[in-house]
Amino acid sequence: MSRIVLSHIDKFYGDSHVLKDINLEIEDGSFMTLLGPSGCGKTTTLRVISGLEKPQGGVLTMDDRTIIDADKAFFEEPSKRGLNLVFQSYALWPHMTVFENVAFGLKIKKMKKEEIETTVMKSLETMRIAEYRDRYPSELSGGQQQRVAIARAIASSPKLLLLDEPLSNLDARLRIDMRAELKRLHKETGTTIVYVTHDQVEALTMSTKIALFKKGEISQVATPLEIYTNPIDLEAADFIGNPRINFIDGKATFDGETLKIKSPIGDYEFGKEKMKLDEEAPLNQEFDVVIGLRPELVDIYTEDPQHKNTITAEVYASQPAGSESLVTLTVNGIEFLAKQIGLVDYDMNQKVWVVMHPSRMNVYNKTTGRLIKYAKVKHKAGSDV
Amino acid sequence: MSVSSVKELRKNRKFSWERVKNQFLNLVGNPFNVIVFFTLIILFALIIIPLLSMVQNTFVVAKAELRSIPGAKIGDYTLYYWKYLLASPLTETIFWEPLLHSLIIGFFTTVISVPLGSLIAWLMVRTDIPGKGVLSAMILIPYMIPSWCKALSWLSVFRNQLSGSYGLLTGHGIPVPDWLAYGPFAIIIVMCMHYYAFAYIMVSGSLRSINSELEEMGEIQGATKFQILKSITLPLVLPAFLSATIMTISKSIGTYGVAANLGNRINYYVLATRMKEFINDTPKGVGYAMSILMIILASGSIFANQKLIGTRKSYATIGGKGTRSNLIPLGKAKVPMMIFLIVFLFFSMFMPLFVLIMESFQIVPGKGYGLSNLSFYAWFGRIENAPNPAFAQNGLFANSEFARAAWNTIKLSILGSLITAIFGQFFGYVTTRGRGKWYGKATEQMIFIPYLMPGVAFAAVYFSMFSKPRLGGLIPSLYGTFALILLVSIVKHFPFASRSGSSNMMQISTELEEAADLAGASFWKRIAKIVIPLAKGGFVSGFLLSFISIAKELDLIALLMTPANYTLSFLSFDYSKEAMPQVADAICIVIIVFILVCNKLAGKLGGDVSKSM
Repeated sequence: MSRIVLSHIDKFYGDSHVLKDINLEIEDGSFMTLLGPSGCGKTTTLRVISGLEKPQGGVLTMDDRTIIDADKAFFEEPSKRGLNLVFQSYALWPHMTVFENVAFGLKIKKMKKEEIETTVMKSLETMRIAEYRDRYPSELSGGQQQRVAIARAIASSPKLLLLDEPLSNLDARLRIDMRAELKRLHKETGTTIVYVTHDQVEALTMSTKIALFKKGEISQVATPLEIYTNPIDLEAADFIGNPRINFIDGKATFDGETLKIKSPIGDYEFGKEKMKLDEEAPLNQEFDVVIGLRPELVDIYTEDPQHKNTITAEVYASQPAGSESLVTLTVNGIEFLAKQIGLVDYDMNQKVWVVMHPSRMNVYNKTTGRLIKYAKVKHKAGSDV
Repeated sequence: MSVSSVKELRKNRKFSWERVKNQFLNLVGNPFNVIVFFTLIILFALIIIPLLSMVQNTFVVAKAELRSIPGAKIGDYTLYYWKYLLASPLTETIFWEPLLHSLIIGFFTTVISVPLGSLIAWLMVRTDIPGKGVLSAMILIPYMIPSWCKALSWLSVFRNQLSGSYGLLTGHGIPVPDWLAYGPFAIIIVMCMHYYAFAYIMVSGSLRSINSELEEMGEIQGATKFQILKSITLPLVLPAFLSATIMTISKSIGTYGVAANLGNRINYYVLATRMKEFINDTPKGVGYAMSILMIILASGSIFANQKLIGTRKSYATIGGKGTRSNLIPLGKAKVPMMIFLIVFLFFSMFMPLFVLIMESFQIVPGKGYGLSNLSFYAWFGRIENAPNPAFAQNGLFANSEFARAAWNTIKLSILGSLITAIFGQFFGYVTTRGRGKWYGKATEQMIFIPYLMPGVAFAAVYFSMFSKPRLGGLIPSLYGTFALILLVSIVKHFPFASRSGSSNMMQISTELEEAADLAGASFWKRIAKIVIPLAKGGFVSGFLLSFISIAKELDLIALLMTPANYTLSFLSFDYSKEAMPQVADAICIVIIVFILVCNKLAGKLGGDVSKSM
């Protein structure tokens, strides 16, 4: 229903350059998440799409219709873009009832009274809050207000739904419920959704695609799985994933065919087919690398598993937490974290065997911070070498 | 194609007519821009132009001085007025002496009233003084009694033979010397009973924001109560204390009513009273020059305040934790402090009210409160059966002058505060939505100007601007019209109204408007359906506060008064000059009752008298 293309969007607030040459394609019907820490420009991008902010440079089209052309100082009015926005604060009008809040936009569109009634009730029912229609926002809980805000946004059947950190004001349990709700909403309505969040779990669980923002720039656009498996740089790797990824320093050489790495967790070789060759990997000279290793990709054995990538390690501390257990290990003076499924406990200073899976490792050039070796996206535990 | 600044972006861009057309449409098509445009025009026309016009008038020969300046034509450039004021044989009496008087009064008023107000604030906020509920309800009432009413009650106690009718003391055979009844001493005391409120309001606000844990930490470290007060509490409230000091100086220098009531009779003039004499007489140019000097004096001190405190305006003393304050036990000091507060309230509130009420019933002022000396004449009497030949008028409620003044006052306050409040909301809207933009700043700064000017000086500005036809007769001479008094009341109250407007608008998050924008509501629709319904409460309390302030105003309008436009406050002022204190007192009481009722109403609607300083 709606394909959005942002090209070369530049936005300044005074002297500060908040959006730097943003290029992004949002496919029709996709659930695109703009992810990044606060102050990285993701909300500004959303507001540019909505029309509440005017960028100084760039073009934005929706279904090939020009919405923004900064060079011509052309900015389509927000209400004519066929979209709606759910604010972080919900922005419910406190002097109107739930029904009036949802009906407001429809009244302005001069919809007939009966039609308004049915449309409003339908969207209230979609959000399962029909029974609160005559309450004022102050008489609702945070979660209910959130549902009203979404109901208000979908009542006008927008082609594009924008959501600005909609779950950040909810408590942890409600957040999980609302995630499911939003995912269903996306499936049921088929609306294109642009979703802003700083919460990587929300991004990973709901999106069809994630645009990762860094200081006003987009550093990576990819599917959640791809972004989780192969974060484009050290910062992205550090940002995505909980518990956070292990970084282990090493030395590498690359002869054009094979990347050889020496590190405290062992020596590894990778063929060039697994490498991102457009990134900087100096030829025939030793350079610093960082190995990125997700905690859940470290297998721990109490007996030697006779696997070729086994190293021995010592347990520094172990934190069993029911469904999962976090184990801090030390090898050759460096420390890293392993995550095991289920309840497992180890003694302090216990000797264990650890199996690493080189194909699942990310390797970054330490100087540029960029990914130079991909991890395999699909894997079965213990199957590969 | 990466750019690093807006400038670079503009440089790279090719010129296109389409762009120019769209930019123009964006500018004109947005009603907000239209509002900003009109706001700037209105403020410029009502504040900047009159001010410049007055400055110009001090350099240009007026008709009245044609004979004094040989060979001059009307409109010629001249330094006559400034020389007259600053370098003539009269300079000593018309400038240096009033200036010195103003400074003396400003100095002593500040030295007494700021510590007084601060002490009361500290007692009320930080100590366990008993009866706080009752006390805090009463502590600001003296401030609500107009300062010139307090001057009248001072007179009704201390008046002596100089005034024609005796005061309470003289009437009982206690001789009252002139220096006690009139002049600087009386003026300072009366002003202190009024301006203590600045220090009280500011310091108590600052004290409330201090977490008592800061003081408790000092206690744990072994500091005595006095050390804690000196090294922890005082430095934290210092900014508020300094602000109050400067405000008090600036206000007391600009006050007219008190100085006129208590000074003129013994020819004790301050800048404000001297200036009025010149403007109502001639040469007016000298009066304008004096009011420029007053504005510089008053605004200079306010700027000094901002310079001094601006950089470290206030300490961020509110932590994330709840600020549950532990009160300081007064111990043995409890009783003396209680007595101090009661004495203060007695002299600033009970006594003036009592004296005014009683005097309004007396047949001969100063002859005691015996039944034979009491009558309702000043309220209801008719001149035919006046018990005292000194009465020249019917009693209040049978007096056509009173009826007219009451009507004028009501008309002025309702119209004035309604218009002020509406403008205030719009200005508030422009300043909050334009925060950080040039027009937001320009609006804010222009609105601030009337605040810098003492009421009399501000009236002088309008007098000079509108006492002759302007724009080639398009605007007729407004002198002597109700319109001029209304206009001056409105513009003078712009700062308060727009402050209340912007705090009101600040509470309406822009997201509420943006949500309506996305829903397709036009600008006016947004204003009508979102902003106005949400701003209603704040609007009403803002309205009532300027209503009170306009209703009691004397300083501002005294200069522009002609008999047909007398308001209650000016009528009372006028009667007190003729030997009719009873009727003047009765009018005072009417005004005070009116103010207290309105204030109660405003309080119910969330207003706060401290915001209308």
